[in-house]
Amino acid sequence: MTLDTVKNASETPDVELPWAALGLKEDEYLKIREILGRRPTGAELAMYSVMWSEHCSYKSSKVHLRQFGEKAPQSDAMLVGIGENAGVVDVGQGYAVTFKIESHNHPSYVEPYQGAATGVGGIVRDIISMGARPVAVMDPLRFGAPDHPDTKRVLPGVVAGIGGYGNCLGLPNIGGEVVFDSCYQGNPLVNALAVGVMKHEDIHLAKASGAGNKVVLYGARTGGDGIGGASILASETFEGGTPTKRPAVQVGDPFQEKLLIECTLEAFRAQLVVGIQDLGAAGLSCATSELASNGSGGMRCDLDDVPLRDATLTPEEILMSESQERMCAVVEPEKIDAFLAICEKWDVTATVIGEVTDGDRLEIFWHGEKIVDVDPRTVAHDGPVYERPYHRPSWQDALQADAPTAERLARPADGDALRAAVLQLVGSVNQADKSWITSQYDRFVLGNTVLAMPEDSGMIRVDESTNLGVAIATDGNGRYTKLDPYTGSQLALAEAYRNVAATGAKPLAVSDCLNFGSPEDPEVMWQFAEATRGLADGCLELGTPVTGGNVSLYNQTGSEAIHPTPVVAVLGVIDDVTRRTPMAFTEEGQLVYLLGDTRDELGGSAWAQVAHDHLGGLPPKLDLEREKLLAEILIAASRDGMIDAAHDLSDGGLIQAAVESALKGGQGLRLIVPDGLDPFVFLFSESAGRAIVSVPRSEELRFTEMCGVRGLPATRIGVVDGDVIELQGQFTLPLAELREANTGVIEALLA
Amino acid sequence: MTARVGVVTFPGSLDDRDALRAVKLAGAEPVALWHRDKDLHQVDAVVLPGGFSYGDYLRAGAISRFSPVMETIIEQAKAGMPVLGICNGFQVLTESHLLPGAMLRNNHLHFVCKDQKLRVENNTTAWTSDYAQGQEIMIPLKNMDGRFTADRRTIDELEAEGRVVFRYLDGNPNGSIDDIAGITNAAGNVVGLMPHPEHAVEPMIGTGGTDGTGFFTSIIKRLVNA
Repeated sequence: MTLDTVKNASETPDVELPWAALGLKEDEYLKIREILGRRPTGAELAMYSVMWSEHCSYKSSKVHLRQFGEKAPQSDAMLVGIGENAGVVDVGQGYAVTFKIESHNHPSYVEPYQGAATGVGGIVRDIISMGARPVAVMDPLRFGAPDHPDTKRVLPGVVAGIGGYGNCLGLPNIGGEVVFDSCYQGNPLVNALAVGVMKHEDIHLAKASGAGNKVVLYGARTGGDGIGGASILASETFEGGTPTKRPAVQVGDPFQEKLLIECTLEAFRAQLVVGIQDLGAAGLSCATSELASNGSGGMRCDLDDVPLRDATLTPEEILMSESQERMCAVVEPEKIDAFLAICEKWDVTATVIGEVTDGDRLEIFWHGEKIVDVDPRTVAHDGPVYERPYHRPSWQDALQADAPTAERLARPADGDALRAAVLQLVGSVNQADKSWITSQYDRFVLGNTVLAMPEDSGMIRVDESTNLGVAIATDGNGRYTKLDPYTGSQLALAEAYRNVAATGAKPLAVSDCLNFGSPEDPEVMWQFAEATRGLADGCLELGTPVTGGNVSLYNQTGSEAIHPTPVVAVLGVIDDVTRRTPMAFTEEGQLVYLLGDTRDELGGSAWAQVAHDHLGGLPPKLDLEREKLLAEILIAASRDGMIDAAHDLSDGGLIQAAVESALKGGQGLRLIVPDGLDPFVFLFSESAGRAIVSVPRSEELRFTEMCGVRGLPATRIGVVDGDVIELQGQFTLPLAELREANTGVIEALLA
Repeated sequence: MTARVGVVTFPGSLDDRDALRAVKLAGAEPVALWHRDKDLHQVDAVVLPGGFSYGDYLRAGAISRFSPVMETIIEQAKAGMPVLGICNGFQVLTESHLLPGAMLRNNHLHFVCKDQKLRVENNTTAWTSDYAQGQEIMIPLKNMDGRFTADRRTIDELEAEGRVVFRYLDGNPNGSIDDIAGITNAAGNVVGLMPHPEHAVEPMIGTGGTDGTGFFTSIIKRLVNA
């Protein structure tokens, strides 16, 4: 096997390279040749192919994602915006918070445990590379049909993987979602969010500046895991023998990652680091090209110095390897000994593999020969950008016309039928208690968890002396988004925003994970374009900028794409976590108020799915001004002690929220249908901009006056009392019967 | 005089900061101890915290047991120094043979995280004197390998000598023998349990209760009155 050096590439311009097998299009390959003025070496081709992939370059989504910057609302809270490893938000008292949500969908389908585990690992490294201490994780999950045999393979593996990694890493898991729908069969969505805290002065950006500074690779040794394209390259072009069989899914080691966290944060504290970058997708290719292109000069690396766990790896494979738990730091020469000493203290392998140069090239050597000589910007930032064609799907009008009217879908007509419909809803898999899953995650570790699932948002104390805290919620509704992508993504945003406010925190910023089908399908691309437009407009109106996120495309099997599923995370701040509002109704005699307007809105609803397996019509209407007002009322009521509990209304409508709050608090409810509302609509409508709250009698006047003055409809719908949920004149449901229906559902599914 | 209570950080310890915080909230002076350092820095008592030291590789607690700091702790514990092992710390104590028995994988084979009710079966140990005999307390439980086991003779001996310190109530969460959640040595200075008292020392945080505070006030009283 001859080494394909830069010199060799210049001398042999006609050698055929497997660019197509690496996923490059012909025009992309020609552009690489044009950039280099020669054919790429095998190593260069490997770097370009993976950095120009959809996953790393956002080539199909970039033109739409620009809106998040162009339409970004003015916000004093933004310290670092889109483009860095993760955005950073000012939460006051000198603290900054960084958070980000990412997908690990495809690996989690292939190998559920490791796919989900390394998803947690990857997002956590993004947080530490900003200089922040990770303080919590969350996992929005979507699985295929509950009764499909493959769901029994994927779900337990994903849950065990998230728990196995996160628990061992010592990060509390404080929320997320679990949704089942046959559209995710074969394409489960495993999104992972992490949040970290630092002081303003500790923010670090990934860049390599200062000629002579050392490039240190530290963490796990580099192995053959996670190599996709490079294996093809190595086997087809250079060896000609049998293809190497290496796992395409990475294997995680949370213990190593825990050491990496402590070691990295200690090095940051000691001010030993100029720039830092985690190694995720595209491994060393990504880290070196991004560090170099964000810095002032060039970079020179020697791959012979990379610690390997498999000595047979080719240089292309070393560049491509996605072995987990690795980081790359740029360190001034006089600080290198101190940096290496910290790594040694934590038993972390660390090796100088190169240095920053005063040129503008990224040069990589193997056995003394130059195998890469590129302008790092062309690898990291100048990837192709596509204006993919898109058009409204031909079936969209018919779908929207199929509204769940009373004529089309039979509605429960009397008290007994309503009672049965409630039991069916709360016992359905998407509305059922999820504690079989969430009890496999440690929610207590680090000792700052104020709220965790099933609360509306997770809440973490940031400062023990002042009680400053942050709250985060993630939401998404693929059914709504399928019916109307623009409104659907805004509804996801509004729900997460409302969930944060319901716990008493003020929403500040957004991170998003955009899960869609193939961008090469113009109808899917239309969904993507509409959803991003809706989200950008919504963020502008709510004043919550998008700080970063991730796009996952090609979530489809054959021509069947998943429901378009933008998952939106909203981060909020609360000055005093002791004022937080939980969801449980615990105090007998307190009054239950419904905030907001209820309309006959059942398109995409949980009821339509559970009772009729129906998806059609339009999703609920959205009024973002109303969402802002509702949030302000919930926050003020929390701060001034006017409410003891609050729960947002979303899928499943009022009755779902009421049952959850009652079961959590172990208290029953006596409810009455407000004047002018149909009992069925009252219980099951999913109108947006609503919440239920429990108000102490002593606060009723103050609370209702505040709502009245501000113009927020507040309707008294009942009282906390007894051990049944009673809807006056319609039905009575004992809590025990509701609990029986609501729990054990997931266990039964997997049995 | 305040008591100095050390908390060991092994590679992979996770609840070390929480344990230090709990010590401080109870009024003692928390001292961080490092696994490579044999010196206990004049602490009066030691907490081995929860976590996944060495990733639980090989067996939970099996590698930490050989760390330099453990040499001193084992020696001092035998001489009467109070030691509390929480979760992974309990596993280190059994691996060190400071406490009998061992922990197996939970019988349902899943990690479990929940608010767990316990009964204090022995309030005469160094770490439980602030509880009433028979008191029921709510303490978070979170582990993968929490099923306490030992041969029948050892169990009979523990029971006969009143060395079962805590028992699970309202359902056994992991299949441990006789619902045992925590035990002590014959001298009563070394206590190990699977649930996490350090997560139940502040209102609003964790379970929202403070039933775990008694561990840390007990040890302070013991040390200050000694």
